[in-house]
Amino acid sequence: MAEAAVQAGCRFFAGYPITPQNEVPEYMSKRMPQVGGVFVQAESEIAAINMIFGASAAGARCMTSSSSPGVSLKQEGISYIAAAELPCLIANMQRGGPGLGNIRASQADYFQAVKGGGHGDYRLIVLAPASLQELYNLTMNAFDWADYYRNPVMILGDGILGQMAEPVEILPYEPILELPEKDFVLDGCKGRKPRVVKTLILKPADGLIAHNEHLQEKYKRIESELSLCEEYQTTDAEIVIAAYGITARIAKGAVRMARAKGIAAGLIRPITLWPFPNEPFISAAKTASQMLVVEMSHGQFIEDVKLAVNGQCPVEFLGKGGGWYPTEEIILEKIESMAAASATAVKGKL
Amino acid sequence: MDREQTKIIIAGFGGQGIVVIGNIIARAAVIEDKNVVGMVSYGAEMRGGTANAAVIISTEEVASPIITHPDAAIILNQPSLERFEPELEPDGTVLLNTSMVKRQPQRTDLTCIKVNATQIAHDIGNLRVANIVCVGAFIEHTKLLSMDSIEQAVKDLFSNKKAALVEINLKALHAGAELSSCLLPVQN
Repeated sequence: MAEAAVQAGCRFFAGYPITPQNEVPEYMSKRMPQVGGVFVQAESEIAAINMIFGASAAGARCMTSSSSPGVSLKQEGISYIAAAELPCLIANMQRGGPGLGNIRASQADYFQAVKGGGHGDYRLIVLAPASLQELYNLTMNAFDWADYYRNPVMILGDGILGQMAEPVEILPYEPILELPEKDFVLDGCKGRKPRVVKTLILKPADGLIAHNEHLQEKYKRIESELSLCEEYQTTDAEIVIAAYGITARIAKGAVRMARAKGIAAGLIRPITLWPFPNEPFISAAKTASQMLVVEMSHGQFIEDVKLAVNGQCPVEFLGKGGGWYPTEEIILEKIESMAAASATAVKGKL
Repeated sequence: MDREQTKIIIAGFGGQGIVVIGNIIARAAVIEDKNVVGMVSYGAEMRGGTANAAVIISTEEVASPIITHPDAAIILNQPSLERFEPELEPDGTVLLNTSMVKRQPQRTDLTCIKVNATQIAHDIGNLRVANIVCVGAFIEHTKLLSMDSIEQAVKDLFSNKKAALVEINLKALHAGAELSSCLLPVQN
């Protein structure tokens, strides 16, 4: 992820150490000076996110990374950045919570990332990679989406993704979008009108209402343009699993095992968590007889799945917080019990 | 070991070079163009504490990076044998560093590779290459990857360090291959 950011032209990194994402600042501390960039180990997460506000306002491609408790500290700054419409990348390699929790993997910050952990009506573009190659690729794309929409982007990973090793092809950066000129940058106003980047809007009296409406229009546009999802063997699936990130990857193994046992299972894996890819769920709800949400929390992502499914098929749940993770076997067991229950129900009808 | 996916656990004391073993095997798998995922147990580990690394090598995309039941375990100390022997898949393979592990596996379905790794490393002149001795023995008997790929991985890993390090590690690799034995389940 760190190298992808460097390749994509990120030249400012500020962060504060926390497991399980220390490899990112460690790498950046070495790499940034090599490319003429800036690495700052800030005095706190709050300082780091506010440095990102400044760096972005100054026109730099910039990022910060942290893990759950650290990301909580950043929430005020994230709200400010969203309000000021500044592009940046924030990575959260989630660990067990609540509180200081532990350093094992978790997906319990879904609400915080997707529903807005800070104050006010704002949205982050939230990305959930399931492999290190995807993490690399999405990190590059994240900077483009951030610049294109003038909006902060969050990569929502977890402690397993943060700690595992996998071969990654280091591809050169190529923009995926035609990027607008950064006409908000504060780089000295000699010869032009001064610019202001601010989040306090007191005048005119309805100025903040207008700003909110402007933001909402932008969010609607993002929702209509950006949505990524992987579907795996869903076409004929009776039981469709919904999972994201590393959990989806484990679930894919379980789908293979279920198929080997003759159970028609499939998987929907949202890659963008906001905007949420509703369509695949709407279609699956019509064709599948049951859905199963698997996540490393006590049920956050499931709410968006249920909104998309809208009562069209039953949605079961498998998940726990605090550092629990599902194995392929645990998911398979759940699939088998769902398949058995469904067979009994069909028999009852006959 | 002809399955399309092989799950390997490497376990021992922190400081025995557990992570390096995983790294070398994973690099060699990449050289052979296989899919591979590595994972290090990340907790309050320290020198002298128990540590383990997991490597999954596959001909297809690896799903879960987490190993519940390994096909093979490279065991560098006694506590690791206690912990992982029951977890191994039926007919799995266990490699024992017999300098540190004093008992036999209790299961009769396991293939058991034995290598007096710490002693061999001592004889070569550097105790710290005991882990590489184990890699040599493991590859020699399982043929999971070619010895050439492993050699290349060792060279890649130590290339930016002293040339002498490459030399002694290659020596350890071959010593492990030569001075180890393999007991099939029936002989066990």
